[in-house]
Amino acid sequence: MANFTLSVNGRPQTVDVEPTTPLLYVLRNDLDLQGPRFGCGLGQCGSCTVLMNGVATRSCVTPVSAVKGPITTLEGLAKDGQLHPVQQAWIDEQVPACGFCQNGQMLTAVALLQRTPKPTDTQIRDAMAPVLCRCFTYYRIQKAVKRAAGVQA
Amino acid sequence: MNAIETLLASVLQKHASPSRREFLKTSGRLVVSFTAASHLAPLAAFAQGAGPYPDPDYKQLDSWIVIHQDNTATFFVGKTDLGQGTGTAFRQIMSDELDFDFARTTCIMGTTNITVDQGGSGGSDALQTDGYPMRRVAAEARRVLLDMASQRLGVPVGQLSVSDSVVSVTANPSQRVTYGELIGGNRFNIALTGDNINQTTGIAKMKSVRDMKNVGMSHRRDDIPSKVDASPVWAVGVKVPGMVHARNVKPPVAGAECVSVDESSVSGMPGFIRVVRERNYIAVVCEREEQAIAAARRLKVTWSKPTAAPFPSSDKLFDYMRAAKPTSSPAPTANGDIEAGLKSAATRIEAEYEVPFQGHTSIGPAHALADPSNGQMTIYSNDMKSYGLRTGVAQFLKIPRDQVRVVWMQGPQVYGRTAADDAGFEAAFLAQQIGRPVRVQWMRDEETAWDTKGPAYVMKMRGGLDAQGNLVALDYEALAADYGHLGYNEFDTVLIAQLTGRRKQTPAAGGYDAPDDMYAVPNRRSAGHVVSLPLVWETPLRTGNLRDPNGPQVTFAGESFIDELATAAKADPVDFRMRLLTAGKTDDPNFKRARSIAVVKAAADKFGWAPRPSPAPRATGDIATGRGFAYAYRNQTVVANAVDVEVNRRTGRVWVKRIVCSHDCGLVINPEALRGTIEGALLHGLSRALHEEVTFDAEKVTSVDWRTSPTMTHADTPAQIDVVLVNGDPNPNRPDLQHYGAGEAALKPMLAAVANAIYDATGVRMRRAPFRPQRVLAALKG
Ligand code: FES
Ligand code: FES
Repeated sequence: MANFTLSVNGRPQTVDVEPTTPLLYVLRNDLDLQGPRFGCGLGQCGSCTVLMNGVATRSCVTPVSAVKGPITTLEGLAKDGQLHPVQQAWIDEQVPACGFCQNGQMLTAVALLQRTPKPTDTQIRDAMAPVLCRCFTYYRIQKAVKRAAGVQA
Repeated sequence: MNAIETLLASVLQKHASPSRREFLKTSGRLVVSFTAASHLAPLAAFAQGAGPYPDPDYKQLDSWIVIHQDNTATFFVGKTDLGQGTGTAFRQIMSDELDFDFARTTCIMGTTNITVDQGGSGGSDALQTDGYPMRRVAAEARRVLLDMASQRLGVPVGQLSVSDSVVSVTANPSQRVTYGELIGGNRFNIALTGDNINQTTGIAKMKSVRDMKNVGMSHRRDDIPSKVDASPVWAVGVKVPGMVHARNVKPPVAGAECVSVDESSVSGMPGFIRVVRERNYIAVVCEREEQAIAAARRLKVTWSKPTAAPFPSSDKLFDYMRAAKPTSSPAPTANGDIEAGLKSAATRIEAEYEVPFQGHTSIGPAHALADPSNGQMTIYSNDMKSYGLRTGVAQFLKIPRDQVRVVWMQGPQVYGRTAADDAGFEAAFLAQQIGRPVRVQWMRDEETAWDTKGPAYVMKMRGGLDAQGNLVALDYEALAADYGHLGYNEFDTVLIAQLTGRRKQTPAAGGYDAPDDMYAVPNRRSAGHVVSLPLVWETPLRTGNLRDPNGPQVTFAGESFIDELATAAKADPVDFRMRLLTAGKTDDPNFKRARSIAVVKAAADKFGWAPRPSPAPRATGDIATGRGFAYAYRNQTVVANAVDVEVNRRTGRVWVKRIVCSHDCGLVINPEALRGTIEGALLHGLSRALHEEVTFDAEKVTSVDWRTSPTMTHADTPAQIDVVLVNGDPNPNRPDLQHYGAGEAALKPMLAAVANAIYDATGVRMRRAPFRPQRVLAALKG
């Protein structure tokens, strides 16, 4: 075991775990966060997404020892009790079905809009394609991304 | 309060509307009542029982509805909302019957010791079946409250008006009293009647549809805020003191027997607690999650392979099914004389269609947490049938039902009988063995390989047209690999019962389905046979209900073949269907024929369907475009899908550019939630049409992750989806218009609609699903 100090949602956090422990389990089990979720553990689905230095990153295949830079989880999106515009768009478009995948969908959208504030349809499809939804809410997700970006749906 | 009580209280707080928070404030016992002896529903009545978790008594009004002093209401119903917005819809219908302000209501669902047993979810029956007792008990509560108001205000009930839970004297509205003032904090103490929970009723009658004001409104779903803000509403996130983590070790080859387990291979690993083994069920338990994963991977187990292959490889599946001797052949349904009809036909065609096993393949693998503290057993689960899980676990562990409760919480996608059932039993079993709370989490490969499967089908169609192109004979004969079909939460068929050898002797017989349409064909037969694979138990190819369990398969054959017949008749596919629908003169009691006609017409109108036979005239270039149509009903809900596709002749990729779905599920409670549900079902159907297939060699399933088990992605999403909500009832404003189910129907015609569109675009008929690029390319090369 070893000590690791992470910055999570703007707060320093120290955990004592094996260096190979996936960041996902540290966030869920040691830091009690609900946002990142186990979907595959293989980097294939996106359910476990967090932002690392603002980049959408799969925490299930990121060993805690490889974390470089601040982590933002779904919990960290809202500011001063105000939902992030992406979260608000998800409510306005009534996106989630079961909701399990939506952590990865929203964080991937946040990262996309930071890079590309006014994405085209193709840019949205390309950026979001690696994040799977098995309730198939894709159509609404894409509308919500456009709404959050303020581009015509 | 222990940690979980705090958590549950915070769950309720967190995703609560203001009224829910009020409820918490005003009923302090709610927060502290999670301990075994008391109950979340402080006023609910309970049947006699010995243990801490007796059943809420559905024959007591107090079990269903609590009205608080601050004039808010909580509804307790025995359903689970898997993300279709049914919980919000229940609030709408109950608010209307009760004359309550919708915004001041909340709905609690699916936790076995606080909500009456309505079975959880399944069969799209939330509104179609279970909505009615909810409406009747709410109407009864209104009746009782009006009686109370009449006494309080000293005027007969007939001279009172009620709106948003305020009762006033019609002639003098300043004389008023709220429901909260009348009953807040007290019991109704009203007995209900009904031989079973679906028949629960009081004296009061339900309202006329015309008098319901929340019904038909797109209230925002109350489950959504907690799904976008990381609230602790998830079964995967529950923690209780002392909990440990388990991972299963599955047989590497289907049907293998465990010879020995070498515990020393993992006993020195960090956090190791125990290997639990009973016959072929093996789990490793560790303090931390990543430790359990590592130990389960490392554990040395000696298995002996079965002497006979458990199943053919997936590329030989359909040959195997055709050659197999059926295990059962239920009596066909028929009208007219099929063979004479075919013989008399001017044109005869036949075709065979194949659909492989397809999985639930949940986005989040199965999981559950079981807490055995204080001689009771609590299971935190997202299983859609929490009540069945509770009963099944009690039977499996041989403990009284009253000692077991299931707390239903949010979770990943559940569209039928998933491994969530299995994980609940495993967690409870391990918790009993270890004496500590155990969290079981299946891994991705385990989920994709071992979850229950939708049955594979081979379907042979024969049809005959007369000289005028009228369909005079239609024959359907299915082979369904629907063997050893699993029910929900059965203590003697869940996977752990099979692997431990505690299963029942004889597997379920299975069954088959036939196309559901209202076509009038003078000579028609629907027949089928169940075929089995060699290994019936302990197989990853076990079958269980998957969203509209047989519908997508059989409708693929039925509605593809109708298009083939339309082509043979040189008819437009929609006109051809319309002729078959209008040829009948009788209807069923719910006007399914009339509603089918309305739905087919609405889809064609919205799509802008101009009549012409299929295929479309050939164009050149890489991209071929075409359109396809298919229709079906599921139970009482009628649906037609029309799609536009692009087929890339070079790559074989199919893109469904636009979907029009017209949908009649009777009275619509919440149009926006319904549209979301329909969109999800359409795209689920699209994923099954284009991608999904369980593959296996002669030993094991080989589709084990998202590379080997592809699914639809954002890239496949149609550019446009139009959902048309149809009310095709001949008397659309009748006061008793019924609400039918909507969770599954839209999926049903999707495979056929896409296949018909591919044919229209390319002239090539896809009779084997899914239409993956390689398969389409091979067909195009012919
Ligand atoms: S859980 Fe990390 S990508 Fe699937
Ligand atoms: S909303 Fe259920 S998996 Fe995406």
